[in-house]
Amino acid sequence: MEYVLETKNINKHFYKPKDFHVLKDISFGVKVGEFASIMGKSGSGKSTLLYILSTMDTDYTGELYLNHELVTGRSHQELSRIRNKHIGFVFQFHYLLSEFSVLENVMLPAKKLNEKSHADIKRDAMQKLEMLHIDYLAQQRASRISGGEKQRVAIARALINNPIILMGDEPTGNLDSQNSDNVFNIFKRLKEEEGLSLLVVTHDEDFAQRTDRIIQMEDGRII
Amino acid sequence: MTNWSVILNIAKTHLVTKVKSTATAALGITFGIGAYITLISFMTGLNVMLDGLILNQTPHIHLYNEIEPSESQPISLYDEFQNSVNIVHSIKPRRSQKKIHNALPILSYLKKDKEVKGATPQLRAQIFYLSGSIELSGNLVGIDIMEETRLSNMGDYIIQGSPQALKNTENGILLGSGLAEKMSLSVGDRVQISTVSGDIFPLKIVGFYQSGVADVDNIQSFANLKTVQRILGEAQNYITDINIRLFNIEGAPAMAKRLQKQFDIKATDINEANAQFETGSNIRNLITYAVSITLLIVAGFGIYNILNMLIYEKMKDIAILKATGFSGRDVQLIFMSQAMIIGVVGGVLGLLLGFGLSHIIDNVAFETAALPTIKTYPISFDISYYVVGLTFALLSTFIAGWLPSVKAKHIDPVRIIRGT
Repeated sequence: MEYVLETKNINKHFYKPKDFHVLKDISFGVKVGEFASIMGKSGSGKSTLLYILSTMDTDYTGELYLNHELVTGRSHQELSRIRNKHIGFVFQFHYLLSEFSVLENVMLPAKKLNEKSHADIKRDAMQKLEMLHIDYLAQQRASRISGGEKQRVAIARALINNPIILMGDEPTGNLDSQNSDNVFNIFKRLKEEEGLSLLVVTHDEDFAQRTDRIIQMEDGRII
Repeated sequence: MTNWSVILNIAKTHLVTKVKSTATAALGITFGIGAYITLISFMTGLNVMLDGLILNQTPHIHLYNEIEPSESQPISLYDEFQNSVNIVHSIKPRRSQKKIHNALPILSYLKKDKEVKGATPQLRAQIFYLSGSIELSGNLVGIDIMEETRLSNMGDYIIQGSPQALKNTENGILLGSGLAEKMSLSVGDRVQISTVSGDIFPLKIVGFYQSGVADVDNIQSFANLKTVQRILGEAQNYITDINIRLFNIEGAPAMAKRLQKQFDIKATDINEANAQFETGSNIRNLITYAVSITLLIVAGFGIYNILNMLIYEKMKDIAILKATGFSGRDVQLIFMSQAMIIGVVGGVLGLLLGFGLSHIIDNVAFETAALPTIKTYPISFDISYYVVGLTFALLSTFIAGWLPSVKAKHIDPVRIIRGT
């Protein structure tokens, strides 16, 4: 099967407070339509790896391919564009823009991408919200909704530009079990119905067991 | 590829939700610019008035015969003493006529010159004003009154009567206001004057003249040129001074030099005569700009502070924007547009405030005996001050916004999101 995301020999050091080799020769890939999870103890480097894969962290050696294209070494401007168009991201702490409405939050990345008309973007955003059963929240201020709802809004925002891969950094880490389940089911459905590739860093054993593949990390290596 | 509508929308939302800080920052600029406009308008108004007080009464070029000693004494013409040291004691001024030689041809020559707006003949005569047994010494200046009022603002200084009245009255006199007060005379009265040689003439007072300079008003009066020529018993070509007004005042020094050579006559230009006024105006302008720039720098620090605070508050937002595909440049533009919006709003309000204050000052009564034409405080409503003011506002907000926005540009989203 084809890889949507692939790394070759990625190494990373933290230099402060002292030299620390945090990632050691990471080479792996995520296949199209695969739901993979990364597990490991705190400090094993799993989040660090995820942020390199997300193109936000550029301070590493090795090669990162997205859709078979080399991403390593591109300018910040280009990387922003790639993140905007091809990568959806969900964080542990929902991170919505609190002063904007739910709908505006979801629309924002698409407005930045600027490939569709305002009306089309709005229709797409409503459709994503409907799919996640939170369309009734559209006009609410993002600061006024509950944690589980926020995470679903964040997922809708991550999906707005129809990315090729969705990444999550402990997306259920801050949610109760019912909401965790909910988020997992959404992810599962996205994989099955839309053929989306997913890569999720998690601490949650149950969550990881239900994914297609578990990538175990220890001391900066994949085992 | 910048999507301005998205960037401006985010900037606007930030400003609207932080309306108090926004207002504080904008008000800083408003007061800075308002104070600048008010100060500069007032200062310039005063400058123009003070300069006008003297400069408008001074011709651009003044032609006359100077009383001065000959440059070369007769002995230097004598060949035998050529190689000797000559010492001549107590040299007296050369005896020469006071009138300008060939005055009428010079006048008609000047009137044809394209640079010259006008040239007026004058005849200055030493006279005495007689009031009972008292003799007051003074000047009587013979002028072509209609030309004078056309070329200078002399008409403004005639506080009673009119230029036409003088023109139409052959024996008329425009009496200095100080003299009128001393001799308790009013318009329509007659005043007797006596020439240096002792002839006495009665003249009819057609108006009062007040220049605002007491020393002038206490001695000087005006009459028609012909009247003064007749009083002195001189011919119609007897003219002691020619005053020239140019279209372009900058050309005065060069032209004065040229005329001096061409007609063998003394010619002084306005810069020579009034150098000190220029200095005064420049220093007043300097003070105004120093005060205004200080105000704007203070306002600029206000903006800098508020944007800095805003960026610390919005760290998470910046991280999220960057994570969802906004580049560092986009984030910088968001904060720069906030600074510029504050600058434009504050600046325009400042211009309005400055205009309002100037308008109020312009209507405050200000009467002084020295300045007959001034009824309220003088204000200069020059559009260029408003342009400079707005430029100042934009410039200071741009600089104040630059550093915080660069900081926002370089914020590492990973560090914020991971909370390290």
